[in-house]
Amino acid sequence: MQGTSEYTPRTGIERWIDKRMPLPRLMYDSFVAYPIPRNLNYAYAFGGILSVMLVLQILTGVVLAMHYTADADLAFGSIEHIMRDVNYGWLLRYLHFNGASLFFLAVYVHMFRGLYYGSYKAPREVSWLLGVILLVLMIAAAFMGYVLPWGQMSFWAATVITNLFSALPWVGDEITLWLWGGFAVGDPTLNRFYSLHYLLPFMIVGVVILHVWAFHVTGQTNPTGVEPKSRRDVVPFTPHATVKDALALVVFFILFAWFVFYMPNYLGHPDNYVEANPLVTPPHIVPEWYFLPFYAILRAIPSKLGGVIALAGSIFVLFLVPWLDTSKVLSAAYRPLYRIFFWVFVAVCIGLGYIGAMPPEGGYVIAGQLLTAYYFIHFLVILPLLGFIEKPKPRPASITEAVLGSDEPGDSGTPAAAAAMPERRG
Amino acid sequence: MSYTYPTTAPDSASNPQPTDPHGEPSRRDFFIIATGAFAAIGGVLAVWPFIDQMNPDASALALASIDVDISALEPGQSITVMWRGKPVFIRYRTEEEVAAARETPLSDLKDPVARNENLEGAAPATDENRALAGQESLIAMIGICTHLGCVPLGEAGEYNGWFCPCHGSVYDTAGRIRSGPAPENLPIPPLTFVDDTTITIG
Repeated sequence: MQGTSEYTPRTGIERWIDKRMPLPRLMYDSFVAYPIPRNLNYAYAFGGILSVMLVLQILTGVVLAMHYTADADLAFGSIEHIMRDVNYGWLLRYLHFNGASLFFLAVYVHMFRGLYYGSYKAPREVSWLLGVILLVLMIAAAFMGYVLPWGQMSFWAATVITNLFSALPWVGDEITLWLWGGFAVGDPTLNRFYSLHYLLPFMIVGVVILHVWAFHVTGQTNPTGVEPKSRRDVVPFTPHATVKDALALVVFFILFAWFVFYMPNYLGHPDNYVEANPLVTPPHIVPEWYFLPFYAILRAIPSKLGGVIALAGSIFVLFLVPWLDTSKVLSAAYRPLYRIFFWVFVAVCIGLGYIGAMPPEGGYVIAGQLLTAYYFIHFLVILPLLGFIEKPKPRPASITEAVLGSDEPGDSGTPAAAAAMPERRG
Repeated sequence: MSYTYPTTAPDSASNPQPTDPHGEPSRRDFFIIATGAFAAIGGVLAVWPFIDQMNPDASALALASIDVDISALEPGQSITVMWRGKPVFIRYRTEEEVAAARETPLSDLKDPVARNENLEGAAPATDENRALAGQESLIAMIGICTHLGCVPLGEAGEYNGWFCPCHGSVYDTAGRIRSGPAPENLPIPPLTFVDDTTITIG
């Protein structure tokens, strides 16, 4: 890290390590003394929640892997073995299975927070791009994990999703055969998905480290969108963010526990408790809830290649957001028009999720097409235009002024803020 | 703390051809570019085994053909057999089904190509070009929707042919795509008669 460090090694061992590999110094400066804006609200707690969920998914996943068998003939039985025979197997599997859903819930809130407070704008574009890469890795990990129980939904999800690649011109069929390792989804497919499902979370950990590094260089955004200007605008990460994140985590875990202990299969699909059968497609196949908006976009286009392009485009457009938004004002709190369009966009995403769960017939098709069109219009038309036509509200001179109504020294700047170092950020 | 490398240029005795930044490329430039190019090509080639291992292996390719006994099929009955991990529909069609397929003008078809591996080139998708040669009531095709790979349901849909429950593609009694997102007719696998009641797929 550039800049000065607040870390003072106290014991001989700490001094010995600090001269050779200053990891304690890095951790102290990143998660104890690190200055955060004093006005962060609970929408900012989801990064911490996501970190804990990632560790939890890896923990439960590693122990489930001790009992799971990646073989087309044995996989389905090994899941039932985990549920019935393995000590606490039911708990570990339900934690992992519902953990994936809660992980996506948290990541969507985290992303909407970023869109609301302009967390993608200069100089934080790299944090946002790494975040979208994390979303793509999560989608891949969740999809491959869903295939592993080898139930009917697993098998047909694998079939439909790998067939998306067959829409590519010229090389589509070769790529699909290569993904399958056969002429249809089968044992080789299951084995490679298991291997990659185990690998991807560790790649996610690596990108998370880059993601955190990136926004620790620029500093976090905050609900005013005004950068910290003095020591009185910031407080040290510990205890302020640590405790606030911990409380949010406890509340989030109550929701998590409610699913795990009272309705563990609510977010799943009963057809996945039927073993995979390559000869029978279930009458109504839908992905897990967190993919439903993307599934609705895929089905909105009445052409195979067109649907695949729209699906890929709906994620790719997120990479362009830092350059599509032409407004220099970060926070939607001071953007009267964007604020309205933001909530319309949230409603459209939820609407797409609803359409994705419905059968592709009648009014649902037209509604899905309208919502898909709006999804792209929001990013490609509304975001660029708003920067030119919107008149932002006056912004406060500083974070402290926004919080206390005045930024005169001696008013009530927190003493703890004196330990933080606003000089470090741009 | 960092080690400081000597910055003075080597003397000309040990380096007879020093690199001149403004002159002709030296022999050293050539070596650097050639070595780099060689390493890059070698690196790319070394990746190939890691990619190719995912392609269908020898045991998957070995299951390339099966024999099917169709002597028990009566008009109006279908069987589904597995070939290369995929379902193959074999249907003994009723006279009405054959007639309906034959009366359909080619201009009504979304995909005008027969998609029959037993025919040369892009034969038109007439019923004759899709049914089994010699026994036109019989039709055999890979039961995988050409949209995203679901298995269509038999004797269903608007044309009483096949209907895909996943995204609503409708096939007629000759397995030709008539409506929905699927782009192509159901493909006909390589078929040969071993005798009057046995066909080989593959």
